Amino acid sequence: MGSAPEGMTISVSPTDPASLREQDLLHRVQAGQKEYFYDLIKPYQRRVYSAALSVLRNEAEAEDAAQEAFLKALTHIQQFRAEARFSTWLIQIAVNEALMRKRKAHTEIMEPIGEREEEDGSYTPRDFADWREIPSEALERKEIRGKLASAVAALAEKYRQVFVLRDVQHMSIEETAEALGITPASVKTRLLRARLMLRDMLAPGLGSPWFGRLPFEKGSKPW
Amino acid sequence: MVVNCQHVWKEISNYLDGEVDAELRALMETHFAQCKHCTAVLDGARNVVQLYGDDRLFELPVGFSHRLQRRLAEESGSSWFAGLHSFWMLAVAAVALIAGAVALGNSSVFAHPDSRSRLAQPAYKIPPELRVAVSSEGKLFHVPNCRYLHNKVGESPETMTASQALREGYAPCPRCLRQYLSASIECPRSSSRPETSVVQTHAPTRFVSERRFGDAVARPRKLPL
Repeated sequence: MGSAPEGMTISVSPTDPASLREQDLLHRVQAGQKEYFYDLIKPYQRRVYSAALSVLRNEAEAEDAAQEAFLKALTHIQQFRAEARFSTWLIQIAVNEALMRKRKAHTEIMEPIGEREEEDGSYTPRDFADWREIPSEALERKEIRGKLASAVAALAEKYRQVFVLRDVQHMSIEETAEALGITPASVKTRLLRARLMLRDMLAPGLGSPWFGRLPFEKGSKPW
Repeated sequence: MVVNCQHVWKEISNYLDGEVDAELRALMETHFAQCKHCTAVLDGARNVVQLYGDDRLFELPVGFSHRLQRRLAEESGSSWFAGLHSFWMLAVAAVALIAGAVALGNSSVFAHPDSRSRLAQPAYKIPPELRVAVSSEGKLFHVPNCRYLHNKVGESPETMTASQALREGYAPCPRCLRQYLSASIECPRSSSRPETSVVQTHAPTRFVSERRFGDAVARPRKLPL
């Protein structure tokens, strides 16, 4: 319940300079040099925040949960084992913290897309719009980032969590399963659903040949 | 063996992750080549993975890092995070304190304390083998013909090297040896008169035999005429 998880079993062998620096910082913090903790977690602020946001869907709550997660990580830094990735450990704490807050607040009023669908692995794509090209500048535009964020926020919680950890946080199937306390098979099934549902939501708009011009935005004409 | 659209949709996520075996992959690719709907689904799902995997999608709120550091400082109940903010101020203060102490130590206040007599200034770069003369009851050493070298009647000054005079506790005469004083001392009388125009002492000066530099004599000796 929001507490720091015990060490994970995924072995890693960091050899790149960033990993070696992280190991050095980690050893310092575990040895009591807490002034290095912020340097240790600095690269993972965005990932921890987005993990909390994927659960809570509220920026202020997600930020508070992320901060709480970092505090718990510091408190339980001795429990972290080197065989796991530090980033995965942090994100797992953040997800646990966010889930705990969500259960307390009972904020889930609207039933999001896909909540009642069965997890039998079957999903029928609802739209066959062609979406082969991604405009190279798509993510530079704030309105596009907003559409993508809204789409993932509309997913049911169980799909959103898996999708964010796997496709946003780039965690493995096994790491995602361990973070959420579900089986790898469930991760795969929910991931499939999440990807196809997002594709159904986004393809009609983003797949349009007029997408690059955003024809229906203010100040722009499609003709 | 062939796969239908439903089978493809079920495995399309695993296909994107490279988690299907070679045989199924080949069957799916054959299907994609023939089914534009499944190809559209595959392209769309691939675009979803690419777009959401971009670091630019989820940005931290403005001020997130600053608030996080502040929260860590507040909640941890210690000053080590707060120290991150005040570290440079403390460092600057420490450097200023040290510099101030060094400057104070080097200042004239300590180099030449006011409590020290003007006639008791230590010698500075005085030649150790310089022949000097001392009187029996004086506390200064002088050049042999210094007019301020006074002896009792019937006595002659003792001569020795400057280093020996210093060892025995004599101070340099601020008139005849002022160029060797560590502090520049003005001497109105000596400034108007050259040191070479010495006045004869009351008694003829008698030069004693030179004492060795290593002699450990605590005080000047009176020499009989």
